[in-house]
Amino acid sequence: MKALQFKRNLPRYAAARIAGSFTPGRGGTVGPLRLTNLEAPEMPGPDWVQVRPRLSGICGSDLATIDGRSARYFEPLVSFPFVPGHEVVGDLTDGTRVVLEPVLGCVSRNLDPTCPSCAAGHLGNCQHTTFGNLEPGIQTGSCHDTGGGWATAFAAHPSQLHPVADALSDEEAVMIEPTACGVHAALKAQGAATIAVLGAGTLGLVTIAALRAQNPELTILATARYPHQRRLAAELGADHVVAPQEIRRAARRHTGSRAISRSTDDGAVDRLSGGVDAVVDCVGSSESITDGLAITRPGGRIVLVGMPSQVSLELTPLWHREIQLIGAYTYGTETAADGTPVRTFDLAADLVSTADLGQLVSAVYPLNRYQDALEHAAGAGRRGAVKIAFDLRSEKERDQL
Amino acid sequence: MNSNADPYKTSNKHLAPRPGFVLDVDRTSPPILFHHGDQFKLEKLPAGRSRVIYPPEPLEGLADPEGAIRHALANPIGDSEPLAALLRPDMKLTIAFDDVSLPLPPMRRPDIRQRIIEAVLDLAAQAGVDDVHLIAALAIHRRMTEDELRHAVGDRVYDAFAPSGRLYNHDAEDPDGMVVLGETPHGEDVQFSRRAAESDLVVYVNINIVSMDGGHKSTATGLSGYTSLRHHHNVHTMRNSTSFMDQKNSALHASNWRMGEVIRDAGVKIFQIETTINNNTFGRTGPLSVLQKREWEWNAKDRASFIAMQKGLEVLPSKARRKIFSSWQAPYEMTSIQAGEVEAVHEITTANVFKQQSVAVEGQTDILTMGLPYICPYNVNSIMNPILVMCLGLGYFFNMYRGKPLVREGGVLIMSHPTPWEFHPVHHPSYIDFFEEVLADTTDPIEIERKYEKKYAEDEWYIHLYRNSYAYHGVHPFYMWYWGSHALQHLGRVIVVGGDPAAVQRMGFQSASTLQDALEMASDVVGPQATITHVKNPPIFMSDVT
Ligand SMILES: [Zn+2]
Ligand SMILES: [Zn+2]
Repeated sequence: MKALQFKRNLPRYAAARIAGSFTPGRGGTVGPLRLTNLEAPEMPGPDWVQVRPRLSGICGSDLATIDGRSARYFEPLVSFPFVPGHEVVGDLTDGTRVVLEPVLGCVSRNLDPTCPSCAAGHLGNCQHTTFGNLEPGIQTGSCHDTGGGWATAFAAHPSQLHPVADALSDEEAVMIEPTACGVHAALKAQGAATIAVLGAGTLGLVTIAALRAQNPELTILATARYPHQRRLAAELGADHVVAPQEIRRAARRHTGSRAISRSTDDGAVDRLSGGVDAVVDCVGSSESITDGLAITRPGGRIVLVGMPSQVSLELTPLWHREIQLIGAYTYGTETAADGTPVRTFDLAADLVSTADLGQLVSAVYPLNRYQDALEHAAGAGRRGAVKIAFDLRSEKERDQL
Repeated sequence: MNSNADPYKTSNKHLAPRPGFVLDVDRTSPPILFHHGDQFKLEKLPAGRSRVIYPPEPLEGLADPEGAIRHALANPIGDSEPLAALLRPDMKLTIAFDDVSLPLPPMRRPDIRQRIIEAVLDLAAQAGVDDVHLIAALAIHRRMTEDELRHAVGDRVYDAFAPSGRLYNHDAEDPDGMVVLGETPHGEDVQFSRRAAESDLVVYVNINIVSMDGGHKSTATGLSGYTSLRHHHNVHTMRNSTSFMDQKNSALHASNWRMGEVIRDAGVKIFQIETTINNNTFGRTGPLSVLQKREWEWNAKDRASFIAMQKGLEVLPSKARRKIFSSWQAPYEMTSIQAGEVEAVHEITTANVFKQQSVAVEGQTDILTMGLPYICPYNVNSIMNPILVMCLGLGYFFNMYRGKPLVREGGVLIMSHPTPWEFHPVHHPSYIDFFEEVLADTTDPIEIERKYEKKYAEDEWYIHLYRNSYAYHGVHPFYMWYWGSHALQHLGRVIVVGGDPAAVQRMGFQSASTLQDALEMASDVVGPQATITHVKNPPIFMSDVT
């Protein structure tokens, strides 16, 4: 089968980091990612099934890995060589169309009893991601044994698979996984009346859609760098969209706060006297988190959705204003308004169709144009795009498997 | 008063000043100097269809300003006793004066305000008045700094009154400092400074640089606040003021006059002192005098000094250029002073303004061009941000007419200014938000007024900065935009030459890199052989268009 494979190769890793810092996405050219022919992965356990991807998205975390930017933190959580790709809509051998919930929790690792997180349905918080039947890997797409979505086939545990309603297009279906991240993050910000969403890439946009679906009364401010992001953010439910450098003033206006400045003569807005109830940070840079701390009201909450890597932060405002800084990683099981548990993926599948999130898939590429695809994904904002995906529907190997 | 000297004699040092003039551009006409913010350009206008309007040369100043002031205070106009007769020991006296927005550029010391205030205080002292307050009548402009106040009133007055809190900036947002005196028959609230309202006499000290200033506007606007201003500083009034400079056709003027009556009926006694200055803005000699000369009269030395200045400015960073220009103080001379009853005084003042400023112009034009300078009333010692560029071009220069606008309806306005996307964060905080939020949404004045004005006007942070820092009031950028609303409605297109394209676009205008490009873009609207009129402003003048 045809696959993009990521090998552990330190010199190439360094080359990727250099190339990626120069031209984002370029790490794909010189780095340890290679298009190869592999044997289709063996099924790691008796119930496992083969999935043949139709569309497979390129995520910000994939790009970070490819450009050598991801944190050392992940080193024990992956097993080499692996095939990336965790945003997948594909076919089973019996023709069922499915989307992948890529988290590899206790059940897929054949661990019994499961860890407390898995038992509670919070798969994303599984405490056993390096144990059990499988090599390390927190998700399909970073585990050697399962393969991943950037190939004509990979292995999945049935617990990871969700059938797709016929009404959904492949483009809509491939958006379910990233949308689930946004839904999960939005739920973590619940209870706020005014929210600022920082960043309007895929995560920011799906988070805005999720927040709007959750609460029609909510005031949503958003930052967006590019015109198409501004337009989409507004269409998906943001009340006010501003450039990132304008967010402090915008948050001040919309919350009727005063600005507090270190110096009275330069007019800078260092922070607000009050601020928004919650910030959902879909960027994860020190600048965005610092902005978040400047505009969150005392006792408010910052939900970190964007992968932060290593940042340098002044935490005094967090301490002084008793702000909660919390992470929002993937998804699992949420609590519905009536108290019943509901899978994030099911909420995401609904949102994808009601908010027409299939429109966020801007371009698709065949596997052999992976370098173009990665550069397009890395420059998506600049180039007027949102989500870039591999299209495997016409790969010949796919049908020969 | 010294009876030997006639204070109204002019100094007569110079040749008789020539009136304003309209030059028809032909092939032999030299390039015309355009102001371009803190830079200059020489532009060749198309021969055969262009004309240039030149301001009148500076009138002679009064030979003895101090004598003229004393004479005016002793010989009031209209139904008023001499100032000395209005003063008694146990009275409350308030002297209010025009703020830093006048004149432009600031005048060389001593400022006329200082000369008048000293004369008024001398009389007050002779009468034994000891309860005197001096108030900078700035309405919702930013507060004046100590330096600016010292410049306006002089060190002697400043040191005598400021330390004890008797010389200060008007605070329109002070809940205890403002009163509502009543309502006009049009339902307009008349809000007023409590100190002024409770005074036995208010003496107003004015400098009239354009015919719109002065009269009841001095107090009804200068000593009021948003509660009153919103009744006339709105899109409806602006659009119904066909020329702010022509009192008969100005709804703004009419509203101020209605308010003036309410103030008078409430028992506030006002002794109005108005002055006019000549347009000796850049000096008859000295480094900038070339800006005041007509191009075809430039001699070799003028040309050399202009080129040297232009080249010198080009290599400087904009901050340095700004500093050079903001330090320029004009050698204006006072051309008249009249004191007494407001309306009678103002009539004479207005006639004196026109005497200096009016230029007869025949017929309208298709394209109006203007070179905007580095300063307008709202960026003294500050930055001319894009909103102020709009206001100066469309609000002020466009409106410097009587009769009908210089440019025909549906015509094109071309203004030259670098229009940087830059704001003074201390003086213009709400402008930043206006530019980022409001103009990003809409440039339509009606829509802006409806959707955003109240929120900005009542924003507590802006109010805090207006009261305690040096910020214009939150609503001020709205008024600047409304100021241009008549022009916006009248014009077919606005083009900015040499401006920051992003800033120009944000305001809904078109940007062109050269005047030639701009004229070509204008031809889409007014045709290829359109007539062009250039207003060579500053110094300020006013067109009487027939
Ligand atoms: Zn992802
Ligand atoms: Zn687990």
